[in-house]
Amino acid sequence: MLTVRPGPRDSPAALAARVTDAILADLRSRRHRGVVVDSPPGAGKSTLVVRAATEFALADEPLMIVAQTNEQVDDLVERLAADLADKAPEARVGRLGRAGYVPPPRIDGLPNVAVGSDLRTLGDPHLVVATAAKWAYVKDRAWRWAIVDEAYQMRSDALLAIARLFEQALFVGDPGQLDPFSTVDNDRWRGLTWDPMQSAVAVLLRSNPDLPVHRLPVSWRLPRSAERVVADAFYPFTGFQTGNGPGDRLLTFTGTSRPGAAGPGTARARPGGSGGTLGRAPAGAVDDVLDMAAATGWGLLELPARHTLRTDAEAVRAVADVARRLVARGAVARSLDRGGEEHPVTASRIAIGTAHRDQAAAVRAALGDDLPGVVVDTANRLQGREYDVTVVLHPLSGRRDATAFHLEAGRLCVLASRHRQACVVVARAGIRDLLDTHPSGEPVHLHEPVRFPDGWAANQTVLAHLERHAVRL
Amino acid sequence: MSVIGAYARALAVRTGFAQPVASVRHIHLAEAPLVLVPLRMAGEANAPLAAMAGTDELSGTLLVVPQPRDRDLRFAFAGLLGDLLLGYVERCAAAGSEPVKPPRTPRQPAGRPLPDSLLSGSPSSSPGGAGGAAVAAGPEGTAGAADGDLRADEDALAAAEATGPERFLDAPQVLVPNRAGVEFARLFGRSTRFRSTLGEYAVPAGVPLLGRWLTFLAQRAEHPGSSALVAMTEALTLHWATGQSALEDANLAALMAWIDPPDGLSGPEAARLAEDPRTWPPAGPTTDPQFDNRVLAPAIAAYDEAIALLREQAGLAGAPDPLLADPDVIDSRFRAADLGAARVWPGAPDAPVQSWLRARDEVERAVRGQIEPTWRLMWRAVRRLRELPDAASVPRRWEQDRTRFTSYYAYLRDEDGGLPQARRDGAVAAARRLAVLERELAAYEADQAFDDPLVLANQRVTGDAFVGTVVAAERDRRIANERGTLVTRPLVEVVTVDPVRLPIGTKVCSPARVGQTGVIMSLEPAADGLLVSLELSGGMGRAKVPPPGSVPDMDEVISYTSVLPDGAFSAALPAPEDTPWTHGGPPTPYEPTDGDAEETWA
Repeated sequence: MLTVRPGPRDSPAALAARVTDAILADLRSRRHRGVVVDSPPGAGKSTLVVRAATEFALADEPLMIVAQTNEQVDDLVERLAADLADKAPEARVGRLGRAGYVPPPRIDGLPNVAVGSDLRTLGDPHLVVATAAKWAYVKDRAWRWAIVDEAYQMRSDALLAIARLFEQALFVGDPGQLDPFSTVDNDRWRGLTWDPMQSAVAVLLRSNPDLPVHRLPVSWRLPRSAERVVADAFYPFTGFQTGNGPGDRLLTFTGTSRPGAAGPGTARARPGGSGGTLGRAPAGAVDDVLDMAAATGWGLLELPARHTLRTDAEAVRAVADVARRLVARGAVARSLDRGGEEHPVTASRIAIGTAHRDQAAAVRAALGDDLPGVVVDTANRLQGREYDVTVVLHPLSGRRDATAFHLEAGRLCVLASRHRQACVVVARAGIRDLLDTHPSGEPVHLHEPVRFPDGWAANQTVLAHLERHAVRL
Repeated sequence: MSVIGAYARALAVRTGFAQPVASVRHIHLAEAPLVLVPLRMAGEANAPLAAMAGTDELSGTLLVVPQPRDRDLRFAFAGLLGDLLLGYVERCAAAGSEPVKPPRTPRQPAGRPLPDSLLSGSPSSSPGGAGGAAVAAGPEGTAGAADGDLRADEDALAAAEATGPERFLDAPQVLVPNRAGVEFARLFGRSTRFRSTLGEYAVPAGVPLLGRWLTFLAQRAEHPGSSALVAMTEALTLHWATGQSALEDANLAALMAWIDPPDGLSGPEAARLAEDPRTWPPAGPTTDPQFDNRVLAPAIAAYDEAIALLREQAGLAGAPDPLLADPDVIDSRFRAADLGAARVWPGAPDAPVQSWLRARDEVERAVRGQIEPTWRLMWRAVRRLRELPDAASVPRRWEQDRTRFTSYYAYLRDEDGGLPQARRDGAVAAARRLAVLERELAAYEADQAFDDPLVLANQRVTGDAFVGTVVAAERDRRIANERGTLVTRPLVEVVTVDPVRLPIGTKVCSPARVGQTGVIMSLEPAADGLLVSLELSGGMGRAKVPPPGSVPDMDEVISYTSVLPDGAFSAALPAPEDTPWTHGGPPTPYEPTDGDAEETWA
């Protein structure tokens, strides 16, 4: 791992700039077929991709860019188009989509973007961006350079299908997030360097152990309050620092919600919303946990211990209540590291994260018509997204057992690292005991590198931290 | 565990009897399957102790290795088991064949025919199609078989041969008691398929063939929906839920006790009795430790002594080692007394011969006592499963097994073929196999729900499917498609009380009208549940007004599910010799060597 040691007076910006320069120098040196960049949450991964892509465009070098989902591709196209419009007005961005792909408004009609489902109709743009799945169907064309974004989310067989398209590549991704998965449960490829179930980067590095690996050192998203716990739990050997200092991020409650900022049911009098009365979280506890989160960046709303179904009605209602009260109390987010910029925390700036899809559906149902625009989704789908405040239903809440799925470090990491201001976790008491009775018992396979951090240990670290911010019902 | 599964288990506890979780049989059950009960000796990796095999409960063949540590005996055993299995394979192959329908997509980009069989009934219109699998299909695929780790890659072979004109009407189906039995088959296949019939450690001709067929079966067992090699406990738990844990369900005797308890006993009572290894010996391959220590070890020691004595006498008489030419594996088809002195040297003294035969009988008797209860249990389970009717998609999935069997049978006879399966998959083969397995799993799960309302119930609980009554149907609705032509798109409205959790725009399909898809247009709360409005397409013929019955009618009770077979294909993967640098580059070409049979840890 190539790391740039921070000097005593290094500002985060200078530190990040130095690493970026080192990455681009490595790439330009052409000594390596691939360069890998590990990035903690919100460390400017996309900024790096855009900057590298712009340099290729300025040098008039054709480039292919690979992302994993259509949203990621659209995000990249939007940012690239904006950046290139300033720096290289001649350059065109091609957005390759499936047949019948309709570009979203934010990229539709941009003058320097061409959209198409066939490379030939795109008009030979400098940059072509598409999902890995789409790239796999591109034939009879090769690039000298490629950038693979979110490479840790990519399964190695997807890389195998597109590796013929490029000679050299920059692989960028967050090693702490969820590993790619397969519906098939089969151990036959365990320990092979080209295990198709592993991430693209894992296979790439095992097959090419000499490739340089860089690490972006600064998270621009996470507040200072999340630095230690996220770094300790999920990036124990590399760590990172936040770009903001103590007290730079402020979450305050103005006491009243703006009209229209949230749907009905946000009046103070009915924090419990439209659900039944069973197990409704008392408004006092919900407000307390929000105050805690505003003051410290973290809050744990702990419900009484109980074994429940996955869609634990009480916990689901508590999650919905927290989100409602957050908007109802007129939360305002302020970022001193962005020159004191401040804005109300509306529904669209909040995310609710769960482990399972049915839990997300249950939360959505519990919200009813309240808070339109709030994102309720699973950890898998929240990867790479950013919000002011997140409300998380703890993956282990109410469970009798801790399976590998629920212990996975990446799942907790995604849920605990989407926020700019604060994260509120809702959980049943008893997770500590659950962890103690379910030490990770996954078999160890020959020739398979041990994956760090261990999910069990990461859960313990996060829980120990959360317990200092607990409000108990 | 699914909610329905959990409910069925709770119900089983309450009632004391196993509860059905399937209303039809989702696996194929041959008329005369080969039941195989293997046992191995504790303390040595996959050392076979015995096997009972046969296609008829009353005429099972018991093979016993009286000294499992003896490598010569082990491979003599493998030879005999190989003869049994090969005989069964040949009978399946001799049952006739049928012409294979020409593939639906006549040509694919590479110019080679696309094997229909690989598509598992899914549409084959995607660009690139099953190109990934088909690339290895042609002659190059077979050449690729000599390519290091890619030897005899099962999927590539199947693709290569599936385009052959004929498919066998029957295929081998082997039933083992549990998952560990499947694992035994896999490992025993691995330890035998690389053996050579020539040279220093030559083995009987049947041994490497047994290895190839066991490996073929074990690899088929990885494919979701395949019935070629079935673990009985898994077949049973697919159809019944008991009131015990999944771990206890892996005990065939306890599982059958819940499903089919003896008269006058409830499931838990019968299961408790079944867990006593003295009355119900473990279904193997691992034997009961008490039996190992108290019965088996002394019997084997006595056998060793008797053999040593016999050899000593032979040495004194100047006769050759009596068991060297013909290793002494116990085969229940031959009576021990018939062996007698004829097996040893002429004029051998009677006493050592008799003590040898007695020791041999003792080992056989002890092992038979351990294996026969499981043997009978297996056939009881077969009869119980046979009471269920075949699920609608079982013949299609079994056809896949038959296709693979046909192609592998042909490969073993091909002059360029017959190489043992690779020890591990290369990068391309691994990716290709994973894609096939994922597609088959999605198709199998969708099939099960289509065939069986009890499985569909799981999806209804999670909100992925719903059952409701048609309250409005606009059969002759015609709208303009994106090219401006008028197309028939009937609209139906269904009222359901199920907790539907499907967003608008979701594609759904009904088991009642396969081939017709609906798109959810709206979801509105109604007086008595939820009103789902669906736009239908397909499965209505070409008439402007769809014929009656092709579109759901008023008051029809209909089910729709959003869990559909994954029609998407993975794009073409590179040929193995083009494995890119990211995955370690092309593998080194394979040259057969004498070292093939060695394991790295041996």
